[in-house]
Amino acid sequence: MRSERTHDNRAPAWLKVVVFAVLAFMQFPILMIAIYSFNIEDSAYTFPPPGYTLKWFGRILDRPDVMESIFLSLLTATLASVLAIGLGSLAALAVHRPRFRGHDALNIMFNLPIALPGIITGIALLSSLRLLKLEPGVLTIIIGHTTFCVVIVYNNVIARLRRLPASLVEASMDLGADGFTTFRRITLPGISTAVLAGGILAFALSFDEIIVTTFTAGAQRTLPLWLLNQLSKPREMPITNVVALIVIAVTTLPIIGAYRLTMGTHSTEGASK
Amino acid sequence: MPFVWIVEISHMTALAATQDSPLRPVANALHGHQNIALWLLLGPPLAWFVVFYLLPLFALLGQSVLTFDEFSMTVTNELSFDNFRTIITEPVNFDIFWRTFSMGVAVTIACTILGYPLAYYMARYAGGRTKGLMYVGVMLPMWASYIVKAYAWTVILSKEGVANWLVGGLGLTSVLDTLLAIPWIGGNTLSTSNIGRFLVFVYMWLPFMILPIQASLERIAPNLLLASGDLGATRTRTFFRVTLPLSAPGIAAGSIFTFCLTFGDYIIPTLVGPSGDFLGAVVYKYQGAVGNMPLAAALTLIPVLVVSAWLWLAKKLGAFDAL
Repeated sequence: MRSERTHDNRAPAWLKVVVFAVLAFMQFPILMIAIYSFNIEDSAYTFPPPGYTLKWFGRILDRPDVMESIFLSLLTATLASVLAIGLGSLAALAVHRPRFRGHDALNIMFNLPIALPGIITGIALLSSLRLLKLEPGVLTIIIGHTTFCVVIVYNNVIARLRRLPASLVEASMDLGADGFTTFRRITLPGISTAVLAGGILAFALSFDEIIVTTFTAGAQRTLPLWLLNQLSKPREMPITNVVALIVIAVTTLPIIGAYRLTMGTHSTEGASK
Repeated sequence: MPFVWIVEISHMTALAATQDSPLRPVANALHGHQNIALWLLLGPPLAWFVVFYLLPLFALLGQSVLTFDEFSMTVTNELSFDNFRTIITEPVNFDIFWRTFSMGVAVTIACTILGYPLAYYMARYAGGRTKGLMYVGVMLPMWASYIVKAYAWTVILSKEGVANWLVGGLGLTSVLDTLLAIPWIGGNTLSTSNIGRFLVFVYMWLPFMILPIQASLERIAPNLLLASGDLGATRTRTFFRVTLPLSAPGIAAGSIFTFCLTFGDYIIPTLVGPSGDFLGAVVYKYQGAVGNMPLAAALTLIPVLVVSAWLWLAKKLGAFDAL
C-alpha cells in the first residue's frame, strides 16, 4: 500500500534509537512500581531494593481500608460507565442526525468535561450539590463520574457513526424497513463494538479519576483517593505499591480489550472522507 | 474482503426490510416528525448535562462576584468585582499565571519533540505485530492510573530513588547539580525542582500527543509523498514541506491535551516541584483550606478563558478534524 519507489522503506537507525528510548521512558515508571511491590523492605525508597518477597500481595486482604476502597471504586466505575453508555450513545445518535441548529454547540458541550480542567468540574459540582442539599457520598461520586464518562462513549460512538456508510441506512429504508427496524438491524450492529469500547474506556477512566472525585467524595474513599492519602501518610509502603499494581491491571487490561474491539474499523471502506 | 462485506451488508439490509416491526406506525410517525425523534434522543443526555454540568458551571461563575468577609471568614451575598480586581492587581497572581502558562507551553513543545518520532515510526514504518505492540506500549502508560504514575514518579525522583541512582551510576551527578542550580527551573533536589515537575508532566501527557499525531500521519495519502519525490524533493524536504504541515492538525489536537491538562492540574504540582505556586493548587487552596469560594471561583475563570482560547486556536489549525 505504502510502496515508495523514491523513498526507502526502512527506518533510519537514529529514528529507531529515538523510538526505542521514548518507548522505554514510557514504560519505566510502571516497571518501577512492579519492582517495588516485591520489595522486602517495609518503608524505604532505596534503589535497588535489598530483597524481594511476595508477602505484600497476601497482606492487602487483611487491610479493610484497602478492600473497602477497591469495592467502592468497582461499584462507582460500574454504575458510572453503565449510565454513560446510555447517555453517551443517545447523545451521539442525536448529534449525528442531519444538521440542525445548535449541532456544533452540543458537540462542544458534550466535550467540555474533558476540555475544561477537572478542578473546575469538581468545584462547580460541589458547590451546586451544596445548593441542592445533596450530601457528598457514593451518589455524588457517581454523578460526577458519569458526567465526564459520557464524553468517552459519545466520542467513540459518533466516530463510528461517521464511518458507517450512510448508504446502508438509505438502502434499508428504500427496501421498506422502518426507522426502528433499520436501527436494530443496521445501525445498532454497526455501532455495538464502539459502544462497548466506549463503556470499557469509561470504566477505566472512572476507576482512575481523582480530581473530580476529591470534591464529590465526602468521607468516601475511592482507590485513587486512598493512594493519594498514602502519599502524605504512608503506612506499609509496599502495600501501596501492590495496590498501585492492581489499579494498573484493572485500568489497562480492559483498555487492550477495547482496543481490539475498535481495531480494524479504521480501515473499513469509505473510512476516508 | 470488501466483496464479502458488501454481500453480508446487503443480506442484512434485505433482512431488515422483510421483517416488519409492530412499532411501524410509531416509526412512521417519528419519521414524519424529525424534531420529536431528535428530542427523544437528546432529552436524557441534555437534561443530565444541564442539571449536573452547565448549571453548576454558571453557578460557579455567579459565585465569583460574591464577597468573602476576611474577618468572619464567611461568604456574603454582596455583589462586587473585588475578586477580579484582586486577581489583576496582586503581582503574585500574575506570577502564578505565568508559571502555569509557561509550563503548559513547555510541556506541549517537549511532548511534540518526543512524541513525533514515535508517531512517525508507527505511521510510516511499523506494520502488523510491531505496530500492535507499539500501540500497547503507548496505551499502557496512557491508561495506567494517573495517581499511580504520579506516585511512581515521587518514588523515582526521591533522594534515594532510582533517578539519582541512575545519574550516579552514569557519573552524571555534577551535570544534574549544574542543571538544578539554574534559577527558575532548578531547585534543591529533583523532586522539588521545576525540572522534576516538567519531567512528570511530559511523561503524563506524552501518549495524548502521540496518538493524534499518528492518526494525522496515517491520513496522509501516500501518493502525495510519491509526487513530492517524483518532483525531485529529497526525503528531508518532503518531510518538512509535505508531511509536517499535513500533520499539524494532529499536533494541534495533541496540544489540547498536553496544554489544557497541564494548565488545570493540581495533583502533580502538589506532589512534585516547588510548593504551592501553580494555578490549580492555588484554586484548590482557596476553596478548601481558606474557604474563600468567591475568589476560587473567580480564579477558575482564568483556566476557562485560557483553555477556550487554546481550543479556538486549535480549531483554527484543524485539530477537531484530526481527533
